[in-house]
Amino acid sequence: MSEKVICTKGIYPEFPRKGPSAAPAATHYCPGCGHGVLHKLIGEALADLGLQDQTVMISPVGCAVFAYYYFDAGNIQVAHGRAPAVATGVSRATDKVVIAYQGDGDLASIGLNETLQAANRGEKIAVFFVNNTVYGMTGGQMAPTTLIGEKTITCLNGRDPLTQGYPLHMCELINSLKAPVYVERVAVSDAKNIRNARRAVRKALEIQRDGKGYTFVEVLSPCPTNLGTTSVKNNDFINNEMAKEFPIQNFRDNSATAEHVVRSTSDFSKEKLDAMFELADIPAAIAHNTANFEEAQVKIAGFGGQGVLSLGIMLTQAAQAADMKVSWYPSYGPEQRGGTSNCSVIVSAKPIGSPVVYHPDLLVAMNRPSLERFKNDVKPGGTIMYDANMGDVELPVGVKGVAVPAQALAEEAGSDKAANTIMFGVMLELGITQLPEAAFARALEANFAKKPKLIPLNLAILEFARQWVRKNVK
Amino acid sequence: MATKLVKGNTAVVIGALYAGSDCFFGYPITPASEVLHEASRYYPQMGRQFVQAESEEASINMCYGAASAGHRVFTASSGPGISLMQEGISYLAGAELPTVIVDIMRAGPGLGNIGPEQSDYNQVVKGGGHGNYKCIVLAPNCVQEMCDMTMLGFELAEKWRTPAYVLADGVLGQMIEPFTFPEKAVTPKGDNSWAVCGTAETRKNLISSIFLDFTQLEEFNTRLQDKYARIEAEEARCEEQQTEDADIILVAYGISSRIAKTAMDVARKTGLKVGLFRPKTLFPFPKAALQRLASKPVTFVSVEMSNGQLLDDIRLAISCQRPVELVNRLGGNLITLDQVMDKINHIAGK
Repeated sequence: MSEKVICTKGIYPEFPRKGPSAAPAATHYCPGCGHGVLHKLIGEALADLGLQDQTVMISPVGCAVFAYYYFDAGNIQVAHGRAPAVATGVSRATDKVVIAYQGDGDLASIGLNETLQAANRGEKIAVFFVNNTVYGMTGGQMAPTTLIGEKTITCLNGRDPLTQGYPLHMCELINSLKAPVYVERVAVSDAKNIRNARRAVRKALEIQRDGKGYTFVEVLSPCPTNLGTTSVKNNDFINNEMAKEFPIQNFRDNSATAEHVVRSTSDFSKEKLDAMFELADIPAAIAHNTANFEEAQVKIAGFGGQGVLSLGIMLTQAAQAADMKVSWYPSYGPEQRGGTSNCSVIVSAKPIGSPVVYHPDLLVAMNRPSLERFKNDVKPGGTIMYDANMGDVELPVGVKGVAVPAQALAEEAGSDKAANTIMFGVMLELGITQLPEAAFARALEANFAKKPKLIPLNLAILEFARQWVRKNVK
Repeated sequence: MATKLVKGNTAVVIGALYAGSDCFFGYPITPASEVLHEASRYYPQMGRQFVQAESEEASINMCYGAASAGHRVFTASSGPGISLMQEGISYLAGAELPTVIVDIMRAGPGLGNIGPEQSDYNQVVKGGGHGNYKCIVLAPNCVQEMCDMTMLGFELAEKWRTPAYVLADGVLGQMIEPFTFPEKAVTPKGDNSWAVCGTAETRKNLISSIFLDFTQLEEFNTRLQDKYARIEAEEARCEEQQTEDADIILVAYGISSRIAKTAMDVARKTGLKVGLFRPKTLFPFPKAALQRLASKPVTFVSVEMSNGQLLDDIRLAISCQRPVELVNRLGGNLITLDQVMDKINHIAGK
């Protein structure tokens, strides 16, 4: 007896991806299953709309895991519940028609987050959701859509809302979001419903063809095998019981007003990249003699908000301007947000090993807790610059202390936020970093490049600090 | 040659952009978030795709989608996020999809803290998800390499059709150094022989990791192992400093290798023959180079911010022929110079 092959548009005539088979045109689905009907509706629509050459079909985990056996389009098989995320990636990358085909466990349980988030972003994807109230592939467990009182192998006495909650209504959930263009629930339980489903499937794919955004079609579908019933009874169950809990209706159709969502086109040119990173206007390095340059290890510490990290950056910029090797490493995370903050800067003529400063040549302490925390780490012969507003301090023997009224000087010089620039100027005048004078000015220019009005002010503050050193530090 | 001061996490994004990556999908996590920030800033300016995903699972699956279409895609995260991505990375390896994953390691286990650690070594280098797979793992130790190795990651991932990691840590992600911008920008070509792009040419293609037949899956696994063997033969990279005459060889990658280098320099000044062996690829682990060093009577010291995870691979590579000592810190603490010096002096009998 020869098998009669009925070809369906958009579906392969035979299914070799299934492997060697005596019935190469038979699907892997059980008798009475609704997947076959929905496959046919989608396949036909893809063919009729001429979309097969521009469609990526995503097979989920569940009974439709092998959807790629059947759909004559580009096919991707993905992890359980992740189809909307994968669809997002495909859609953003290609801007083609993308279909996520998913069952109730996949879409409404493990993949609920991906489902809602992709819908909420209004991804240009068509989601077809097969709701048969039961896990199929894994053997008949309770699904998020299992009806109250409905029996499955994990709710043998029927779903009890006190312990197992209530059925999830996916169309209603999706319909609470702003972005989706089209939301409809249909069924494949009888000829009338199938005709209606055919219309909804086409509508969703037309919206995809036109690039208008997210569509969601829920399909109430039979699974006689796992519900332990017959095809006829299962279809009655859909029409009489499921449809009460999950009304068959259109929830939204914005297709008439929705516009084509245009995705940007990638620019790969080096010119554009170089321009974006402003590589044209990098000034030449400031020449200076580095023959006797000794590595300078600097630790800068204070309250978050005292410009501790940016003082470190300014020093790093000065070193960079002078073509030195330099590294900057901050304390990061919550410490940046209001607590104490510190950074390490190393300036060297040779490649730098560890970027973390444990024993600084120079410690800049903007507040007392920072001074107390780090003062004993300073190298013998090293320097500690600290804000004079701390009053009396006790410093380790063999370390030079410089009390700088940084905050007061900054205010006097015209900015209450520039205590760090005062410290920068003191650093320059003391010559601890061995960097040329011009590098300090360059650093200020670089640091305030986004606020150019502040450059002259900070240059003046730098000079103000230097004069203070000349008068007050011996 | 254009040189600027750049943060490690920013260098990753620069590398990706010049390598022709046109899709970034990510989720916030300290200390990797700047990669997300910078991608959000620069990808749209270049007309490229950026999505802040709802989770790390979603990020890696968005990568799976874009990679399936043959695009150069990447994501970045840190330990807890990488743990969440492992399912997706197993699928990427199973479907042989090129993707670059940047891991800016922090301290664990659990929520741990945001300080630097190197404790993702095992979950990154050994596969990490389910199944018999490995990913290429590149280990930068400076801001320049954060960029260069990201670019290399895209090349190798595509060449071998496998996910590639850039494995760095909180210090490398957060630090700023002078950085020279890439000399070339890549326009990616894609590969229509396997990708699924929604085109007539690729309509016949299928991306999948299912083999229902046990023997077929075994054959596929065997083919994967052959691929990994070829990667081991061709792609192992390392850097050696002063190993020729060394009695003690420090072995370290990433930020620990910088600390080890400082220790080597200090030790050499005191007359001790100390060398440095730095794996630049962790898979493939540079076994042959290490075996060559083990032919002499040396002592190895694994300098790592993890609990001997690197040390295990050193011992495996040299079949335990030589002693391998451990210097490590955990919990977000960095290894100190003093700590390494103490170990060196102890081994040297000083």
